This record gives sequence, C-alpha cells and structure tokens, in this order.
Amino acid sequence: MAQVMEANADVHAHAHAHDEHEHHEETFITKYIFTIDHKMIAKQFLVSGILWAFIGGLFSILFRLQLGFPNMDMSFLKPLLGGWIEIQKDGTGALNPEFYLALVTMHGTIMVFFVLTAGLSGTFSNFLIPLQIGARDMASGFMNMLSYWFFFASSVLMFSSLFFATGPAAGGWVVYPPLSALPQALAGSGDGMTYWLLAMSLFIASSLLGSINYITTVINLRTKGMSFNRLPLTIWAFFITAVIGILSFPVLFSAALLLIFDRSFGTSFYLSEIYVAGEALHNVGGSPVLFQHLFWFLGHPEVYIVLLPALGLTSEVIATQARKPIFGYTAMIGSMLGIAVLSFIVWAHHMFVTGMNPFLGTIFMFLTLIIAVPSAVKAFNYITTLWKGNIRFTPAMMFSIGLVSLFISGGVTGIILGNNALDIYLHDTYYVVAHFHLVMGSASFFGMMAGVYHWFPKMFGRMMDERLGYLHFWMTFVGVYTVFFPMHYIGMAGFPRRYYSFTGFDAFRIFADLNMFISAAAIITFSAQLLFGFNFFYSMFRGRRATQNPWQSNTLEWTAPIEPGHGNWEGQIPYVYRWPYDYSKPNAEADGFTDYIPQNVPYSVTKNSNLPHENDLIALEQEEMIPEDKSLVELKHIKVGAH
Amino acid sequence: MTNILLILAALLLVAIFLVIFRATKLISIFRNDSDPDKVSQSNNIHAYLFLILPIIGFSLAGWYAVHHLGLIIPPHASKNADITEPLFHQATVVILLMFVVTNAALFFFAFKYRYKEGYKATFFTDNVKLEIVWTIVPAVILVLLVVQGWQAWKKIMYTAPENAQQIEVMGHQFAWKVRYPGADGKLGKYNFRYTDATNEMGFDFSDKKNDDDFMVSEIHIQKGVPTVFNIRARDVLHSFSLPHFRQKMDAVPGMPTKLWLTATKTTSEMRQELQGRPEYQTIDEKSGKTRADGFNYEIACQEVCGRGHFAMRLVIVVDDEIDYKKWLAAQKPFTEVNKEYVAKARIQQQKAKASGVAMVSK
Repeated sequence: MAQVMEANADVHAHAHAHDEHEHHEETFITKYIFTIDHKMIAKQFLVSGILWAFIGGLFSILFRLQLGFPNMDMSFLKPLLGGWIEIQKDGTGALNPEFYLALVTMHGTIMVFFVLTAGLSGTFSNFLIPLQIGARDMASGFMNMLSYWFFFASSVLMFSSLFFATGPAAGGWVVYPPLSALPQALAGSGDGMTYWLLAMSLFIASSLLGSINYITTVINLRTKGMSFNRLPLTIWAFFITAVIGILSFPVLFSAALLLIFDRSFGTSFYLSEIYVAGEALHNVGGSPVLFQHLFWFLGHPEVYIVLLPALGLTSEVIATQARKPIFGYTAMIGSMLGIAVLSFIVWAHHMFVTGMNPFLGTIFMFLTLIIAVPSAVKAFNYITTLWKGNIRFTPAMMFSIGLVSLFISGGVTGIILGNNALDIYLHDTYYVVAHFHLVMGSASFFGMMAGVYHWFPKMFGRMMDERLGYLHFWMTFVGVYTVFFPMHYIGMAGFPRRYYSFTGFDAFRIFADLNMFISAAAIITFSAQLLFGFNFFYSMFRGRRATQNPWQSNTLEWTAPIEPGHGNWEGQIPYVYRWPYDYSKPNAEADGFTDYIPQNVPYSVTKNSNLPHENDLIALEQEEMIPEDKSLVELKHIKVGAH
Repeated sequence: MTNILLILAALLLVAIFLVIFRATKLISIFRNDSDPDKVSQSNNIHAYLFLILPIIGFSLAGWYAVHHLGLIIPPHASKNADITEPLFHQATVVILLMFVVTNAALFFFAFKYRYKEGYKATFFTDNVKLEIVWTIVPAVILVLLVVQGWQAWKKIMYTAPENAQQIEVMGHQFAWKVRYPGADGKLGKYNFRYTDATNEMGFDFSDKKNDDDFMVSEIHIQKGVPTVFNIRARDVLHSFSLPHFRQKMDAVPGMPTKLWLTATKTTSEMRQELQGRPEYQTIDEKSGKTRADGFNYEIACQEVCGRGHFAMRLVIVVDDEIDYKKWLAAQKPFTEVNKEYVAKARIQQQKAKASGVAMVSK
C-alpha cells in the first residue's frame, strides 16, 4: 500500500515539479478530469451512466409513444427529431419506421452497455473495491483513468452517431449481419453502424482495462486479515464479474472486428449469397450464424456482467438494513461461481430457431436450465435473510427488495424460454422482452439504484433526500411491473418484437388497450426518474451532511473519513479481523456493541459474543496482527463513543 | 402557441415541485426528524405497502388475464402445437406457483419483520439442510420440465415424414416468395446470381425440375398432410413465423433451413370453431367482418430485417383435400406464365455459367 502511495506521489511530483505538497494542491484537471483516484473515477462513471440512462430512457418513451398511440400526431417532436418525423398527407407527423428501429437499437445498446455495464459495474467496482478491501487505490490508477477515458471516447462516438443524416445503428442491439453489414438494406447500417462498431471497440477496451484492474486489486491489495472468506459479497460479485468480462468481451471484439472487415474490406465472414437492392453481391461462403455464436458468447455472460454487481450490492444492503447476516454466505459465493461458469456454456439458447442443429439445441437447453438452480438458491437466500430481521426501509433497502422480486418474476419465465420446445413459439416475441427487462434490465437497474442511495453518503459526504427516494422507489417499482407484466400477455399472444406497428396483422390487431396502458405506465415511470435526477444532483451539493457510518454498517469503507482523500484512510489502513456480516450477534451488548460489529474489530475485544471457533482465532490475532495495528487505538475510541 | 403553453405548464409544474420540496424539507428540519440514526418514521407505511400493493397488482393482472384468456392464448392448429401447448400451460402453472410463493414470502417477510424498537434480529448465518433442499427441489422440477421439453423438441425439430409436401419460401425485404415443386414433387435448383425483377427466386432454368414449379402469393396446405417449408433468405435475416401453428425458423442468406408441420384444422373449420369464442365476435375494423368470420392463418417475419419488418404478412390457407386439389389444379408453372422471359433467361444463364460468373446452383 505504501508503494501505491509513493507511486501516486511520484506521478504528482512529476506533473507539478514545483508543488511541494502534492496531494493538497491538485488542480481542477487532475482532481476532477484526468484523475487517478478510484473514487473520482467511480463518480465519473456514475454521472456518465446516469446521463446515458436518461437518453436511453427517453428513446424508449419515444418508441413507446409509437406503439401505444399508433395514430398520434407526432409533429410536436419535430424540433427534437427533425426529419425523422415525416409529415403525412393529412398534415400529421409520423415516426419514420427506420428511426423507430434506430431508437430500439440505441435504447438496447445504451442500457446494456453504457448504463448497466459502465454505469453500474464501472461505478461500484471502482468505488467499492479499494474501500471495502482496504486499499489506497486500484492496482493501477493510470489504467483506471484510461478505462474511464476509453469509455468517454466510446460515449462520444456513440452519441455523435445519433446525429447522422442516415441515423444511428438500427439493426437491433445484437447488430446481426447481414442487416448490419449492408447500408443498402438499412440506412442505419451506414455511418451509424461504423460508429457503433468503433464505439463498441473502445468500450470493450475500457471494460477490459477496468476488469484487469479490479481482478489485480482484489487479489493483491487486500488489507491485512482480509482473506477471501472475509470479503463482502459485493467484492466477490465484482471480482467474478470482472473475470467473466475478461473472458467474454474479447470474443465480442473479434465478432466486431470481423464485421468491420465484412463491411469495409470486402471479406465474407458473415455474408453469403446475397441479392440486395437489385444487385447480387460477390460474397459467398460466410455464415450469419457465426456472428450470432460470437455475439452471444459475450451476449449471454453480459447478462451476468450486469446482474452480478447488482446482486452483490443488494446482498450488502439487505444484510445491513435487515440487521442480519446475509444468509448462506458460502452458498452465495458458490452460486455466483456456478452462474459464472455456466454463463459461458448457455449462449446458444438465444439461437434455438436460427437453423442451428437441433441436437445443439438440446444440449443448450439442458445447460440453460441448470443455471436456474444457482439463481434460485440466491433468491431463497435473500428471502431467508429477511426472515426474522429488523428491517429498516431505506430507499436502498426497498430497491434491493424490489430487485429480488424482479429477479424472481423475470427469472421464472426463463424456465419457459430456456425450454427449446416452448421457445420455438415465444422466440422474438414480447414474452422475451418482458423476461429480460425484468430479470436483467430492471433488476440490475434496481441494484444500481440501491447502490447509489446506499453509498451516496460515502461518495459525496451528504445524504440523498429520503422522501424523494421513497416516492422514486414506489413509482419505479409499480411502474416497472405495470410496464413489463402485461408484456407477457402480449408475448403469449405471439406479438413479435421490433414491430413498428401491429395493425397489418389480423392476429395482432388486438391489445391496443394493453399497449396504450404500457406506454402510459412507461411515461410515468420515466418521469419518476426525473425525481431521482433532481435528488441526485441537488443532494450532491445541498443534501444533509452525512455521518461517518450512517447505516451502521460493518464494512471497511465506513471506517474511512466522511469524505476520504486520495489514499482513503489517513493513518494506517484498518486491519480486518472478521467477516462483514456480524449484525445482531448474540451478546454483542456485553462487549459494548449494539447490533453490529465492524470488520476491523478484533475478536479479542468481543469475547462475550464470539462463536467458539472465533475464540480460537484470538491467540493468532494477538500474536500476528494486534501489535502492529495502529488503527486500533482510534477504534477503541470509537467503540466507547458508539452507544 | 400550444407548444409555448405546454412549456409554460411544464415549468410551472417544476416550480410547484421545487416549492413543495423546499417547504417540506424546511418543516422536517424544523421538526428535527431527520436524525440520521433514527429509523424513518414512514417505515411502517412502506411495510404495509409492500404487503398490499403486490396483492392489488397481482389481483388486477389476474383479473385481466382471466377476462382475456382467449386473446392471450391464441388458437392453435397443428400437431406440434398439440404437443407444446399442454406443455406450455403446465410450465406456466409451475412458474406461476413459484412466482407467487417466492414473491409472497419476500413481501410477507418484508412486512412482518419491519423495524421494531428494541427487537433484535436473529443471528442466522447458515443452514446446510435448507440450502440442499432448495437446490434439489428446483433442480428436480427443472429436470421434469426439461425432459418433457426434450421429448417434444425431438418430435418437432427432427426429420419430417417422407411423404411430406415440399414448399419453398424465401424472405426478402419486405415480403415472402413462395414456390411449389409442381407435379414432379421436386423443387428445382436456384442460384442467387440469377435473381432479377421477374425471376425473384433465382431459378436455374437449366434444371428440368424447375419446369413445373409454380409461385403463389398465398400459401395453401392440406389439412393432415405433413408439410415441409424449405426456408431461405435473399438479402438479410428474416424469420418465418407461423404463430397459429406454433412454428418458427430463421431464414438465413446462404444457409437454407427448414421446418415442418401438420395442420389439424382447415381455415374454415377454425372460423367455425371461433364462432364459439366471445372475444372473436368483435367486428374487425379492416375487414368489416367479425374476427371469427374473417379469421386467417398468418405468417409474420420475426427477425428484424429493416424498415418494412412489421409488414411481411402472408396468408396461409389450410384446405381439406378437395379444396386443396382444386386449388392445385388452377396453378400454372412459372415457366409457362413467363415463357418469353424464360427463353431469354436460359441463354443468359448458360452464358453466365460458361464464363464462370454464376458458380454452382443449389
């Protein structure tokens, strides 16, 4: 740790050779922009993620207007969308069908990658890993900075692609070729798609830089005593997520690279026997299905890349606010590891009806349904954690409970979709849309919100407004269910995804009522997010000042100063003596504690509440750790002061 | 003008929100109920909401589902659907149970164990027995579902019976092209390089099997006869989806795929059957008939393919044997309808083949 500090000091010393006190005289640029402090980088990811979320959310509102109110005059959107609103003969404005597809595509891309990967994992892995494992910073602050700026460059490219005359990429977020490879088949497959591919390449670089850093940091920079079986589940989740990311994102990169070759250099990896726009193309021998394999080799693990961090945050919040240890700590880790391994061998369940060999379909069905087991274990463990707890409904806690509910409700439909005989009918219907929006989209989003509400005081030294938080939660919770639950009905009726309008089919000229209802619910849910946006930015500057440990939590970040400087702890980094879930331990009162015993409290001072095997560790900690632990002096002071 | 008014109204709303927010904030500071260590006073309210809202929501969703069940589960008319539909209903009941039980436990615990002053949570960290139980129970349920699914899959996806009727469908932006093999029962070769405005499916006229093939704008199949759809795409991915037959398969450029099905009800039988369903008695605005009378089996594209993705509709008519034969007899081969074109095309195709441009037909 000392080395990290020195290294950082060096960087600063070089940057400002004339500055004598490197840490106190950071310039605006080194502190807020090209910062190497993991906390600031986390905030950069968070703010970028939130801005993207509003853009992605707005897009969904625009296409929901089309779906819910098909005959609506959209000319009022002309100032925003310009030529994409086409004026009809009767003077009313209608959304351009290709732009509808572009909106759907960009909504997916933005939400999956820019919000739930960068905004969620990027934010909280960066923020919590060093603070919760007891490190001064990431293993490489510089690489961490690069990770953000690659993401930023990626964001700039993706955002600028929205303004092309031919529109952004529009072939769905999965960008299946040949559609995404042929500008003559779809306007968005022109420059918009080029930018999409470039942006995603940069995004992958960003994600890999981040993941390598997270893994290295977790393995190497844990404070003394922080063994892997004492890591908070958040860290386990981030760690496993990073491993999944490192193994799967390169495959997406290769998929993107081959697509770039097909688009720009005349190769035929994905293209074969195509006659388009009155012309037969030269390409033969390629396979569009190859792209789907490569894409879903990332695409499926990606589900867990966005979901696991959310589950990790939730574990922490639920344990803290239920004032109970998380139930089945080992089982939680085991199930996450199981999910991580299985996530790599289920990808082709997205491809049951792509013409893949039916035998493969059988294999992937078996593997897919196995993954439901660890997921079920996680859900049961959360529920049991609530059992006989003493639950404090903070907004973070409510979002966590919401997550568990959404995770279950969206998860059970996976049992049907993973069953290939049933998927034949439901594939690419709204049933799928309902499924993944609940289990992955909304659940991860709820995890992200739980994280923001819970760690806001640590990030900004201020509290978010609780009442707005409650309102935000209830509107979002009810909203998400009212938006996505009815989609199951529409999906069971066979409604296909990515349809601009349903009026052309006898079979789909029903449920106009439900579609309208969904759209109205979506608008209300989206507007509730404005409350959050206000609350977030307002509280950042004007929120109530936070105390050091507002949730009476056990993990290490709450032992750091209210607004930690670069390096996180002022003196020595606290040592860790116990696991992070000693909530409501029997007899803790006899040791002078209330219902929580932080991780940096030695077993030596909690003799009354120790479990038998914990007493056995006292000799060891007295010999090896306590004599060196300078933070203990401080701690005793706190212990006496607290209740 | 309305725009300006709308903007003004929005601004007014924001202003009202800010004033209320600020006022309540001041009140709460004044009442000093923002002590960070104190558990929120609204804790009980949230606990009750967690109990009540899910019940209300679930009841409403259930009520809607019961009243619209006939629309939510559309009629089906194929042998494979006879296998998958009961499976789907079974699995739906199973997951509904899981959904209700687990969510109920979650919300009930959230309600029951809401914060109470002086109460101490139970220090309950682990229970191997419980973990084993809830690993094994879902695993067993899943195995049961999977094995059934696997059996169904094998019946549906593997080879069609040999006497099956062959039909070829080709997806392109933005329609389906369909051809029948004609009297010889065999589809002729095609080559995408022979495609043009007339020969839309790229027939290779040097193949004699093409001589009796005919194209149609509406698919007819015979009830009870297994039918194989040989599927391909000309430009981008499409997906040949037959919702009423619960069948679907992607159309992939360069990689022919197929699906097969056996229809169990003719179109008119289905119309008859739907007379008994109240939700099919409403008048359809487009056809002016009741939904039952105007019923048609439809084919949709279910893989995004561009601007007209939502408009790739094709009607498929299921006939009884007599009607089917009658319809079949009325169809004329492509080569006969486009005699002049075919004569020219033959020469061009020969040239292309000789020069090596055309490559091999499939």
